[in-house]
Amino acid sequence: MTESTDTNLTNPEKSPPEKPPSNLFARITGINTGWIRSLLIPTLALLVALIFGAVFVALTDLEALALLKEDFGGGLRLMAEGVGLAYKALFTGAFGSVYGLSETLFAATPLLLTGLAVALGFRAGLFNIGANGQMLIGGMAALWVALHLNLPGFIHIPLAILAAIIGGALWGGISGLLKAITGAHEVITTIMLNFIAFFLVEYLLTVPVFQEAGKINPISEFVPLSARFPQVFGADYRVSIGLLIAVAAAIFVSWLLFRSSWGFEFRAVGFNPTASRFAGMKVQSLLVLVMGFSGALAGIAGANQVLGFSPYQVTSAFAGTIGFDAIALALLGQSHPVGVVWAALLFGALKAGGRAMQASAQIPLDLVVVIQALIIVFIAAPELVRAIFRVKPPEKEKTQITKGWGG
Amino acid sequence: MTDTSTTQVRVRATPEIRRARIAGIILLVMAAFVFWFFGLKVMGDLNATFKLTLPTDKIQDIKMILNTRTLAFVVAGVLAFLSGVQLRKSTEKRTNMAVGVGFFFFIFAFLAWAAAGKSFSLVGMLRSTVILSIPVTLGALSGIMCERVAVINIGIEGQLLASAFTATILGSAFGLWAGVVGALVVGSLLGLFLAWLAIKYQVDQIIAGVTINIFALGITSFMAARVLRKAQHLNSSPQFPAIKIPFLADIPLLGSMFFNHNFFIYLTFLLVIVLHIAFFHTRWGLRSRSVGEHPRAADTVGINVFATRYRNVILGGLMAGVGGAFLSLTQVSRFEENMTAGIGYIGLAAMIFGRWKPFGALAAGLVFGFARALQQKLGILATPIPSEFLLMTPYLVTIIVVAGVVGKATPPAADGQPYLKE
Amino acid sequence: MVLELRGITKRFPGVLANDDVSLSVELGEILALLGENGAGKTTLMNILYGLYTPDAGEVLVDGQHLQLSSPSDSIAAGIGMVHQHFMLVPVFTVTENVILGMEPTIAGGFLDMKAGSKMVKDISESYKLEVDPDALIENLPVGIQQRVEIIKVLSREARYLVFDEPTAVLTPQEVEEFFQIVRGLQEAGKGIIFISHKLKEVLEIADRIVIMRDGKSVADVDPEKITEEEIAELMVGRPVELVVRKKQAEPGEPVLVINDLIALDDRDHTAVDGVSFEVCSGEIVGIAGVQGNGQTELIEVITGIRLSLAGTMSIHGQDITGASPRNIHGMNVAHVPENRQESGLIIDFTVTENMVLNSYYTQPYSRGIQMDWDIASQAATRLVKEYDVRTPSVDTQVSSLSGGNQQKVIVAREFDRDVGLVIAAQPTRGIDVGSIEYIHARIVEQRDKGAAVLIVSSELDEVMALSDRILVMYRGKIVGEFDPKKDSTTKIGLAMLGGTK
Repeated sequence: MTESTDTNLTNPEKSPPEKPPSNLFARITGINTGWIRSLLIPTLALLVALIFGAVFVALTDLEALALLKEDFGGGLRLMAEGVGLAYKALFTGAFGSVYGLSETLFAATPLLLTGLAVALGFRAGLFNIGANGQMLIGGMAALWVALHLNLPGFIHIPLAILAAIIGGALWGGISGLLKAITGAHEVITTIMLNFIAFFLVEYLLTVPVFQEAGKINPISEFVPLSARFPQVFGADYRVSIGLLIAVAAAIFVSWLLFRSSWGFEFRAVGFNPTASRFAGMKVQSLLVLVMGFSGALAGIAGANQVLGFSPYQVTSAFAGTIGFDAIALALLGQSHPVGVVWAALLFGALKAGGRAMQASAQIPLDLVVVIQALIIVFIAAPELVRAIFRVKPPEKEKTQITKGWGG
Repeated sequence: MTDTSTTQVRVRATPEIRRARIAGIILLVMAAFVFWFFGLKVMGDLNATFKLTLPTDKIQDIKMILNTRTLAFVVAGVLAFLSGVQLRKSTEKRTNMAVGVGFFFFIFAFLAWAAAGKSFSLVGMLRSTVILSIPVTLGALSGIMCERVAVINIGIEGQLLASAFTATILGSAFGLWAGVVGALVVGSLLGLFLAWLAIKYQVDQIIAGVTINIFALGITSFMAARVLRKAQHLNSSPQFPAIKIPFLADIPLLGSMFFNHNFFIYLTFLLVIVLHIAFFHTRWGLRSRSVGEHPRAADTVGINVFATRYRNVILGGLMAGVGGAFLSLTQVSRFEENMTAGIGYIGLAAMIFGRWKPFGALAAGLVFGFARALQQKLGILATPIPSEFLLMTPYLVTIIVVAGVVGKATPPAADGQPYLKE
Repeated sequence: MVLELRGITKRFPGVLANDDVSLSVELGEILALLGENGAGKTTLMNILYGLYTPDAGEVLVDGQHLQLSSPSDSIAAGIGMVHQHFMLVPVFTVTENVILGMEPTIAGGFLDMKAGSKMVKDISESYKLEVDPDALIENLPVGIQQRVEIIKVLSREARYLVFDEPTAVLTPQEVEEFFQIVRGLQEAGKGIIFISHKLKEVLEIADRIVIMRDGKSVADVDPEKITEEEIAELMVGRPVELVVRKKQAEPGEPVLVINDLIALDDRDHTAVDGVSFEVCSGEIVGIAGVQGNGQTELIEVITGIRLSLAGTMSIHGQDITGASPRNIHGMNVAHVPENRQESGLIIDFTVTENMVLNSYYTQPYSRGIQMDWDIASQAATRLVKEYDVRTPSVDTQVSSLSGGNQQKVIVAREFDRDVGLVIAAQPTRGIDVGSIEYIHARIVEQRDKGAAVLIVSSELDEVMALSDRILVMYRGKIVGEFDPKKDSTTKIGLAMLGGTK
């Protein structure tokens, strides 16, 4: 393609570049279409995903399906009611009350941190599917500090977070290092390291260093008071200083990417590693550094899962599927820290609302996972959304992040 | 190659030499480990008894009794010899083979150590190896089908899960073959979905695959919780019986390993052979591979790149569908949330380990199956090794493979790149 | 028997690539299609090959209108194309590549490799195109790969063969052999279209020349009745000044000194084989040579991108063996890389970002790791003006600039400081004449300010015009030194072919 551009289309005398100067936002984000346009596709994607979700809820409503045979209209009505009930529960669970809002923020906290981790990787052309593993290792590092150092809270917590950062960074760094030295594709290595981290945590939770005394199943000792994240809005709400840390992380990542020379290097390597090398950047080290930063962010999320909320005791499932949610989230947020913040709030709302929905409307929380998967589809294939809504395409877009994997 | 005797030279070791050195050192460490830990550290009179027949076999009670210490010394010797070959200055090294043979002997010594003073059903473990290798191999075949036409299928996991789910429901409701058909259809549909996203919309293929995994996990868990919990009768599928192959099944060891299984296992072996022939000896294979290596070249001789990719990726989904049906209709009768638990990812690894070749996939599948079987059986022997570490081995092996320690794996040249007409 | 294109027009967004182009070629005739890069030759041929659909006009064979919507249609009509970038699968054998798409089979789907191999042998014997049918493409030299492409086309019973820039990747010997093959094809009664931007080659081989400029066919001439200068003028639309105006060089101290340098290429073959030379301040040294004779690797080693195997290199007396690209840049070396889009620029970045691509970490653009984009933007604005980069703004993505302006961005970035050594590889490849002249002037200006300049170009004319001293590189070695004022092009060309003096 480049070839044909160069030989056929480039004719300077006749066709001066006609593109209007893009604004600063576009320059920074790489989104050339302005605010409204950049929000349009995500909004429509969410809408379509919710509609599909509604269809799934309706089609799995056994009572309504049974009724459908006898009374078609009544069956449909019952389905619609079920969907209405579910989405109402979802909405009020997320936004309907102060508690609901706090739950949204609470759920958004680890999502924001891991979303930033994945987004940072994307910017540097790396696909970090390993946020889960990095969370697990970071969380365990924080847990060790929490359990084994006896310190006042104002030192204990920062130290535990630092441990999480180091743990996550090292775990992520392994993939970066493998890529830098051997060319092993980070998608494969991060997935594999997820499993390894999981089994490692399973094992660690059975050794006395971590395991609750007297238990045989893998479960940790309780985190001492001095290492628990203080709650921000009082004891009734689960929002902890984890949220503040996550927001600070978003600001930091924003600065790192767009205002620091490291971020410049990250983005340069993401677009064109060869040219970056020619320009004197140490591409290999950068790969390790990016994966380290990415892992560190996920590591903090791990600390949040371990130290951030009741019961302050963990099993090997403490990372859940957050690392995978993060991929959807980073895509939805167009790999921009600001976008990721909004996406995290949205996903937090889905999660908080989903829990409420499960409790009051008996719709399994897994519906939220389905909705998230659909959101990725529509974000990654905006033409699909455009085809549905007949929206005109912007000039240029790119979702190609990874190329094939070399051995 | 160059006459550099006159100038000071900083010669870089070629990759082969470096790999041979690393392999040599690893083999040497293994030799020392075996000598000390499996040899000197065990009591000299302990024997390991390996049972080579199952209680149900026609021919009974064949055993192999080995002295643990003696075996360890022999194995250490073999490993040291292999190491010496690798570290010696010569060109012809066959590093991969040496590492493979080395690991084989190491495992043997390890088993003899684990079973020292006890009796251990080797045949049982090898039989499990074959069974456990099946879904991995099928996953790898799915990957090969797609990547040979340059579409990365990281959604194997989701395709397996969704088709396993379908097989359970349809199998429970309408019988075995309905389950099989359902699994194949769902697998193919998810293949079509991947192809559609990757080819029509040029979605980043890894994102598309990850989406399939998340979607499949979400929708099956959702349905399991919302439907199967209330309709338990839909979550109890029948199972395919084992088919004993006459005469062959009565051969000691091999009979139990290969010739007394349900039909999926024979099908998988057949698929491996068929795909090998299809890829490397038919027009279809030549065209498919050309699309994966150099789609533009294929296009210029009139091969329809898009159609080829669609067709193969759908077939890839079908392979995963077979794997899903296998999981639901031969292994367990109930669908459990996330029951694939990463098999699809291991299949992907097996594809790479097997160098994008059907027989390679089978071999890799057997290696991973063995690791899994070992983990299951060692629990019985109560070795001091935590089972979590054995569970990790397939994933560690995968990393070692993609890192190129066991030789460079070269994927199809256009792998992962969308094809754009000019 | 004639292949005709009538009134072809093809428009791309913002560009009229072909504007009412007509041409025809008869069987047994060699037609050359000559034009600068970007004149619309490749577009025209892609239309002929069914890859593009023209907006207007038609393709005819013997007066019959052809509907070409895919390469298969063209193949069916007897048109075969030998692409500039070979359409060969590297991991396939020669036979597999030839039969691909029309495989002989037994029992339905099984490949009949014997029949395939026989077909390859038959064609290669009857047209004297020697190849081993079972060799893997990736193990064959470029010249042989081209033969395979020709066999592939002939096996499809093409009557008209289109060669797109066939000599660009060939060594001189291979070019000679290639011309013999082409003449053989002509004698066998094939109609041949030979696309090129190399004037001399075209004069050697063609029966008739169609010249294209700015998407139009501007002339249809007989090579016997026209001079080189006239053709050149037709190609660029004005008299071409191949001479770069410059004063007599006043070489000073040696700046770059290279001794017995040895380096490997990516496939671990010796690419630079014991090279020694020096470049002094105030002179331009040009390295001439056919592409692929080690020039790329030489430049990569000097600029720190590739490791050398042996030998020494120094700049201003300081050893630079094993120095990183950043170290080298820090020694006031300006490097214009060979491939601007792959290694010179990050085309998704803005002009500003590209302007600071190798200085972003220094004052005043950053303090610590905090960057100051305002200062960078101001600097970029100044450079854009000083170096005549035509861009709507410094915040424009470089990908939307023309090739010439992209190259000027690199030149601006590299030249905007006190430069001691300039290393420029293919500094004007594929860009418009205006930009070529501008960049040449800037390079001479650097020399006059006292910089040492090392130029690598596969265009001998460019090397001749620009250099004060010419070194010829052949198979990794420097095989001769020449004075562009005294030595003739023929003499240098002979050295490039590996001929002895």
